Amino acid sequence: MIRYIYGTDLVRHPRLRDGMFRDRADQFVTRLGWDLPLRPDGAEVDQYDALDPLYVIWEKADGSHGGSMRLLPTTGRTMVNEHFTDLIGGGTIVSPLIWECTRFCLARETDPRTAAALMLAGGEVMHGFGVEHYVGVFDARMVRIYRRIGASPEVLGTTGEGRGAISIGLWEFTPEAQARVAQSAGIAPDQSRRWFDDAFGRTPLRAAAASAA
Amino acid sequence: MGYVSTIGSIDRVLAGLDSAEGIDDLQALSERIRDEYGITNVVYHWVNSNGDQYGCGTYSEAWVLRYLERKYVRIDPVILGCYQRFHPVEWKRLDWSSRAARGFLADAIEHGVGNQGYSIPIRGPNGQFALFTCNDSCDDATWADFIERNRRDMILLAHDFNRKALDLEPDRTPDRAVTLSPREVDALTLLAVGYSRAQVASTLSISEHTLRVYIESARHKLGAVNTTHAVARALQRGAIVV
Repeated sequence: MIRYIYGTDLVRHPRLRDGMFRDRADQFVTRLGWDLPLRPDGAEVDQYDALDPLYVIWEKADGSHGGSMRLLPTTGRTMVNEHFTDLIGGGTIVSPLIWECTRFCLARETDPRTAAALMLAGGEVMHGFGVEHYVGVFDARMVRIYRRIGASPEVLGTTGEGRGAISIGLWEFTPEAQARVAQSAGIAPDQSRRWFDDAFGRTPLRAAAASAA
Repeated sequence: MGYVSTIGSIDRVLAGLDSAEGIDDLQALSERIRDEYGITNVVYHWVNSNGDQYGCGTYSEAWVLRYLERKYVRIDPVILGCYQRFHPVEWKRLDWSSRAARGFLADAIEHGVGNQGYSIPIRGPNGQFALFTCNDSCDDATWADFIERNRRDMILLAHDFNRKALDLEPDRTPDRAVTLSPREVDALTLLAVGYSRAQVASTLSISEHTLRVYIESARHKLGAVNTTHAVARALQRGAIVV
C-alpha cells in the first residue's frame, strides 16, 4: 500500500524508515555508484531529509519498504535549486505550485508495480494539494521505467554518463497520464484515493460517497 | 461568480498587496480578500523561530481574545494538523472527534467562525511558519465547489501575503532583488516582444510544457498574478529589457 509520511512522523514507522534509507544506499551508492556519504549504520540520509519532507512510500504486504520518493516545496530549500541549477540553465525554479521530487528509489526485490504505484501517488498529491508540476532529480535507469509506466518527465538537463547520469525532469499530470499510470500500477482509482485519505483525512463528500457505495 | 470576475479578484488583491506599506494595510487586505471572494473570514497568522507571533484577519476581536484566553492553540485541530506541514488542509479532513475539539468548534461558530475552512501552511525562511485560512459558513458541496474554483488563487495569495508580511518585518534586511534565471529572462523577454508561447518554446528549443514552468516560476518571483502581469512587472523592475 501507499503511505504518505512527513519526516517528523517517520519515528512512528521505524521499519519503513530504516528500510527506505538502507534501500536508498543500496540503489544510489551500491548499484549506481553515486558518491554519497553514508551514515555509520549504512543509511543514505542527506541534508534535505532534515527539512521534514513528505515521503511517499510503497509498503509491501509484509510491511517492509518497497520504494519511495521525497517531496519538498520549491518555495523552500531544494536540491535542484542548490545543486543542479546549471542543468536548468542557471537560476532557480520557485513556486507554490511546483514541488520537488527526489530520491526516487526502488528496493531490489520489490513488487513489479512499485514505480507505477509511486507515480500514481504523486498524481494524488498534485490533485489533492493543487500542485501543478514536479521538478525532479533522477538517475538514468529511471528514464526507461518512467516511460514504461506512462509517466515520462520532460528532461531539462543531464549530467554524467551511462549509469552514473543524473537528470532533472519536469512532470505534469494530465488525467490521461494519471489513467495510464493507474493501469500500469494495477491499482483502482478508488483504492489510490483511499490511501491518500487514510493519510490526510477524508472529506465529507468522499465519506458520503463511500458509505453510499 | 464567473471565471472572469474571479481573475479580477486576485488581480485587484495582488495589486493591493504590492502597494501595502504596513501591517494595517495587510489587515485591510484580508478584509478585501474576504469581500472579493464572498466568504466569511480570511485570517493570516505567523510565528517565527523566536516565537514572535503576528496575525491579522477578519475574526471578531471577541473570538481572538477568547482563543488566547482559553489557550485554544493547544487543541485547535487546524493548528495541530497544519503546523510544520506544507500541504493545504481542508478543515473537514482533520480530526474533530475529541470532546475538546468539538467544544472548540462549537465555541468558534458561536463567535462567528464559519464551519468550513481551508488553511494553507507556509514554511518561510529561518524557521518562520505561517498559516493562511479562508473560512465560510455553507454546506459541504458548496464549499467543495468554492475550493475547486478558488484553490489556486488561495495558494498564490497565501504565499504572496506571507512574502509581504516578511518584507514588512521591522528588523528585516533590505528586500532581496528579484533574480530571474536566464531562462526565465529569455521567456519573458520573448513574450514581451509579442512572441506566442509556441514561438517562445520553439525559439528556446524547449517544449511549451517546460516553458510553462519557467513562466510560473518567474510569475511567483515577481509576485505577479498572471503571465501578462509578470511581463509588465519584469519590465517595470528592469529584470528584462526589450
